[in-house]
Amino acid sequence: MDELGRFRVLDAKPVNLDGFSVANPDLGLVAMRSPFDPSPSLTIRDGEVVELDGKGAAEFDVIDEFIARYGLDLAAADEAMALDDTTLARMAVDVNVPRTEVVRLIGGTTPAKLARVIAVMSPVEMQMAMAKMRARRTPSNQAHVTNQLDDPLLVAADAASAVAYGFREVETTVPVLGDAPSNAVALLIGSQVGTPGAMAQCSIEEALELRLGLRGLTSYAETISIYGTEQVFTDGDDTPFSKAILTSAYASRGLKMRVTSGGGAEVLMGAAEKCSILYLESRCVSLARALGSQGVQNGGIDGVGVVASVPEGMKELLAENLMVMMRDLESCAGNDNLISESDIRRSAHTLPVLLAGADFIFSGFGSIPRYDNAFALSNFNSDDMDDFLVLQRDWGADGGLRTVSQEHLAAVRRRAAKAVQAVYRDLGLADYDDARVDEVVAANGSRDLSAGHPKMVAEAAASIEAKQLTVFDVIASLQRTGYDAEAAAIMRLTRERLRGDQLQTSAIFGEEFRVLSKLTDPNDYAGPGTGYALTEQRRAELDGIRQARSVAELTADQAEHHGHVIVTDVEPARQGSDPREVCIGLSPAWGRTVWLTLCGLTVGEVLRQLSAGLEEEGCVPRLVRVRSTIDVGLIGLTAARLSGSGIGIGLQGKGTSLIHRRDLAPLANLELFSVAPLLNAKMYRELGKNAARHAKGMAPVPILTGGTDESISARYHARAVALVALEREACEPGQPPVTVEVTRS
Amino acid sequence: MSDERFTVENAVDGKLGLSDLRMDPAALAHQAAVAERGGNPQLAENFLRAAELAVIDDEEVMGLYEALRPHRSTAAQLEELRASLEARGAVRCAELVAHAAVVYARRGLLR
Repeated sequence: MDELGRFRVLDAKPVNLDGFSVANPDLGLVAMRSPFDPSPSLTIRDGEVVELDGKGAAEFDVIDEFIARYGLDLAAADEAMALDDTTLARMAVDVNVPRTEVVRLIGGTTPAKLARVIAVMSPVEMQMAMAKMRARRTPSNQAHVTNQLDDPLLVAADAASAVAYGFREVETTVPVLGDAPSNAVALLIGSQVGTPGAMAQCSIEEALELRLGLRGLTSYAETISIYGTEQVFTDGDDTPFSKAILTSAYASRGLKMRVTSGGGAEVLMGAAEKCSILYLESRCVSLARALGSQGVQNGGIDGVGVVASVPEGMKELLAENLMVMMRDLESCAGNDNLISESDIRRSAHTLPVLLAGADFIFSGFGSIPRYDNAFALSNFNSDDMDDFLVLQRDWGADGGLRTVSQEHLAAVRRRAAKAVQAVYRDLGLADYDDARVDEVVAANGSRDLSAGHPKMVAEAAASIEAKQLTVFDVIASLQRTGYDAEAAAIMRLTRERLRGDQLQTSAIFGEEFRVLSKLTDPNDYAGPGTGYALTEQRRAELDGIRQARSVAELTADQAEHHGHVIVTDVEPARQGSDPREVCIGLSPAWGRTVWLTLCGLTVGEVLRQLSAGLEEEGCVPRLVRVRSTIDVGLIGLTAARLSGSGIGIGLQGKGTSLIHRRDLAPLANLELFSVAPLLNAKMYRELGKNAARHAKGMAPVPILTGGTDESISARYHARAVALVALEREACEPGQPPVTVEVTRS
Repeated sequence: MSDERFTVENAVDGKLGLSDLRMDPAALAHQAAVAERGGNPQLAENFLRAAELAVIDDEEVMGLYEALRPHRSTAAQLEELRASLEARGAVRCAELVAHAAVVYARRGLLR
């Protein structure tokens, strides 16, 4: 069978580059529930768990063991496990049940039980529950800051850009492991330029990452990976016990940390034990709590493509975030892996989280170009920044970010790049010249930089390691080279970190290093009118995108064409008698305050084309100013009634026009050009000709515009509204039409 | 809890070093109490384990982590580690190692 045109077009759409799997529980390719998921169960004897989700203690694997011993609130267990799934789900959604009560009960649920409870909910109910259950009231956001060259000046400039946009955590990694110390130092410096207090992370192999943290070069960690099956966990060269020590090791040096899980990893590793993605993730979240981690990164991490390939996959990702919140942990809500080639699908993945709110909407918004992301492409990247800022404004939803002017961005990028240049010189790490700084400030990404010396970064990094530089060396160097503000900010960060308030659940540093956490900024959502609300200042930040224009700005170009035609009143408009006469009705603002149509032609040129069309068909135009209405239909009808032929043309300043006849109802015109932005001179001339044909009783010739793919309303309605406002201002209700003369000046 | 030594001047004068980056165990004990009051005993327990690690130097902490990774330690080595932690007053970490030894033996994760 020949391919249908519709399918030819559909096949070429980006969504059809995505992979879609038939659900297959044997491989763990099933989102919300597998027939092999265990039934929830919990048996406690003498204060110890002897059965967990259908498994006796003798059969516990390392994950069961850890959850059973440390993860459950046994005091709440009997009560919670006895409640049916729907009751618990309703409590999570119900604004009249306090968050603390849900947290208390969920503390007594097993992994299988929590998964069942979550699976009862619809996506909208999940969002309702998230609004209530997330730990911190104020939402925030995290950025990826990486580049393919590991160029430290670019890392610093991009970190400074990220904090200017409002990110409160910045995360780097390396294409080349040896470069990591350099990235960490550059990120630390750049992240404190302009807007101090963001926490910085260098995500690499666990032991190496901890070493950088111990030297104070990073302030948080999140790529402490955990998995939902023992096989995958130990394949990852860890156990819950080693992760528990790692968790404590970070805390012992004042480093904030969260673990990373995220559905799909077990499927990718071929060891999902036939369980659903949701259930395995529920095990991870229970384990995270048992480990004493304050938070979890999940909901769209490396396995996101697997999850999104199965039915209800996207819903499962949202459920992952919610489970973290319900276990009273910080939710760093994923969105950090490009879920789809389709812009529609990737927006659909992120939007529910943005609207419901999370501690971090992204656990890595790609603040750099896609190609520079050394993790993986994020679901949103630097070229999506304007889209994200507009989405925040569209929904009045705080995604943690704000608009940055080009001037400010250039200033912070330069300061960050120069600070790193100075410190690298001062510490004898590398010598970058001023031309490199200039390149970095202007660059969109590493592809805009010259290659440079290939070994420069590696040597700088090796030197940082050889000298075992600590955060204090970086502070001293910043001070010596004149970057006092950054030296002071990093010292403050170090001091605050050793106090430890930022180790508590969902902590970020707000303004003036004030800790915002579950404890200092608790989510108090309890229904409409409660919970997080935008301050006036924050609302202004959300609303004030750089593309917003006032009426005055939208009509500024009118002035450039002011006076190109002169309209002179002749006499009060009388009824014409010449059967060849076609009146052209001009709107109130035409040639008075509106001079340029939406398609870019001047009003004079449009009138010239219409008149020429009439004359070419042997008709005679007469111009009539209609003062009492701005409605193009009524303007046309008024013109038609005055016209000797009974045919009239209505014309607005913005270019909308139509042909009318004296005996028709106002809205029943003969031919309408409603989409003014798409018109051109030739079409106006054709419209003039058709009006003349109507006047002569001949059949009109269809005028084909060819249609458009453009979003006319999105592109032009802001401007159209501004022009209509000018028409309304010029309108003189009750005033009769006037015959006018129009001459070119 | 004195953190007045954390000044840029002291950094420039070279008066601050690696050991200054360890948390004061008292600060962690305080955070543990805060976490417990906030309803998260597991987080509190983590901070108390961390308080024990805060007085142990970096290489030893790294060694402890390494010893608990799969197939790194024999039962005897874990027992030795447990005893040495206990002897230094790191009882919570010691208990974790003891528990790991039992589970690793059952799950075949010893060396």
